[in-house]
Amino acid sequence: MTTTLYTSDHEWLAIDGDVATVGITDYAQSQLGDVVFVELPKLGRTLKKAEAAAVVESVKAASDVYAPISGEVLATNPDLAAEPALVNLDAQGKAWFFKIRIADKGELGGLMDEAAYKAHTA
Amino acid sequence: MLARDDRDSLRTTPLHGLHVSLGGKMVPFAGYDMPVQYPAGVLKEHLHTRASAGLFDVSHMGQIALRPKSGQVEDAARALERLVPQDIAAVAPGRQRYAQFTNEDGGILDDLMVANFGDHLFLVVNAACKKEDEAHLRANLSDDCIIEPLADRALIALQGPKAEAALAKLCAEAPAMKFMDAGPHKVAGLACFVSRSGYTGEDGFEISVPAADAEHLARMLLENSDVMPIGLGARDSLRLEAGLCLYGHDIDTATTPVEAALEWSVQKSRRTGGVRAGGFPSAETILAHFDQGASRRRVGLRAEGRAPVREGALLFADSASGEPIGKVTSGGFGPSLNAPVAMGYVPTTLSALDTKLFAEVRGQRLPLTVAAMPFVKNTYKR
Repeated sequence: MTTTLYTSDHEWLAIDGDVATVGITDYAQSQLGDVVFVELPKLGRTLKKAEAAAVVESVKAASDVYAPISGEVLATNPDLAAEPALVNLDAQGKAWFFKIRIADKGELGGLMDEAAYKAHTA
Repeated sequence: MLARDDRDSLRTTPLHGLHVSLGGKMVPFAGYDMPVQYPAGVLKEHLHTRASAGLFDVSHMGQIALRPKSGQVEDAARALERLVPQDIAAVAPGRQRYAQFTNEDGGILDDLMVANFGDHLFLVVNAACKKEDEAHLRANLSDDCIIEPLADRALIALQGPKAEAALAKLCAEAPAMKFMDAGPHKVAGLACFVSRSGYTGEDGFEISVPAADAEHLARMLLENSDVMPIGLGARDSLRLEAGLCLYGHDIDTATTPVEAALEWSVQKSRRTGGVRAGGFPSAETILAHFDQGASRRRVGLRAEGRAPVREGALLFADSASGEPIGKVTSGGFGPSLNAPVAMGYVPTTLSALDTKLFAEVRGQRLPLTVAAMPFVKNTYKR
């Protein structure tokens, strides 16, 4: 059973057990415009919640993506290097950024569910 | 984000309503509320301009008529030569030339286009500099010229391989014009000034049109399915791929024309030994750069990876140690090349083509190579 939560900085995380898959929201990609490069965290890196974890470069600007929770990076999406535009095509699906082992489930409490996120971006 | 008061104080161009109605994403630029992109997005707008035709609102730029008090355009040309290192006297009626206002320190106050309209000169200057440029002209040329800002005109750029065919439907003379031809022409019956120029590296035209007719003309051009509205985002990536300087970024009051690799724009007649050598602000410094070379130079840069290297990135001669040797002044992703491109200043000793350098991006040193500009071959009709 997967639960998807959202941050106010427009990251999403799909939680499956103690692993979360992280990406940016469809709303975020629509605001950024054409994505041309994604810099992903190194495998095994331990991220702290709210730390800059990845960078999305659109034609015009670079934007940080923050770790929505603390934990170790277990995997990164190899498809983004070859096709950064996947972020524009399928931000909340194929264009996931990284998988993280959730260090502290308590940190999930401050995140938004889909309804709250919809209200946040309305 | 701008506070609401700041946004309210932004100026608008005569095409503002059109931008909004076309879904333009409006941003503050040089004091104007301008479209950075339309719904298609920067990437598609850029590629459309290279493949077909793009329509740009550049009405924020300054348009100034320089009218000789003697009635002889040669006198206005000679007067303007006191402020620019270009040979303006040699610009024939119906022709245009790229120029720079230089300052007392050898730097560049602004870059501009100068057209000879037969009885007067027509200048196009940058939006952010237009007030200062006008004051500069008044302070220095008022004895010889009437300086007339043409505030009631809009400026539309139509750029790309299908620009000629699109404009030809409204202006029969357009196809006969060659790169840098310029003059008064009727477009759709409107009293316009047309030049075959632009700042995208593409063949195309700039059309100065009375403000009241601007939206009508823009809509007529947009009726052509080959023509798409293009925002400032794609304008910037197009001019970067074309290796063209952006004032305030690649050139400014601290860069000389030689450092900026703009030697091509200064004719021999104004250089040492020329028939009208010197006579412009800080000619001594600038001509010394021509004669002895400058210690640094603007170069094109290509990255090995896909990470864009943007303005402000520091440049290094090696991968680890050392002081920065220069800085990126424009950089981003080149949609036509599907790769990052940048330009910046480096010591002349490191400016040769294929020199390996590094740019610091988010704490990492990314390898770069000094590359020829333009990055994308221009398609001017000469």
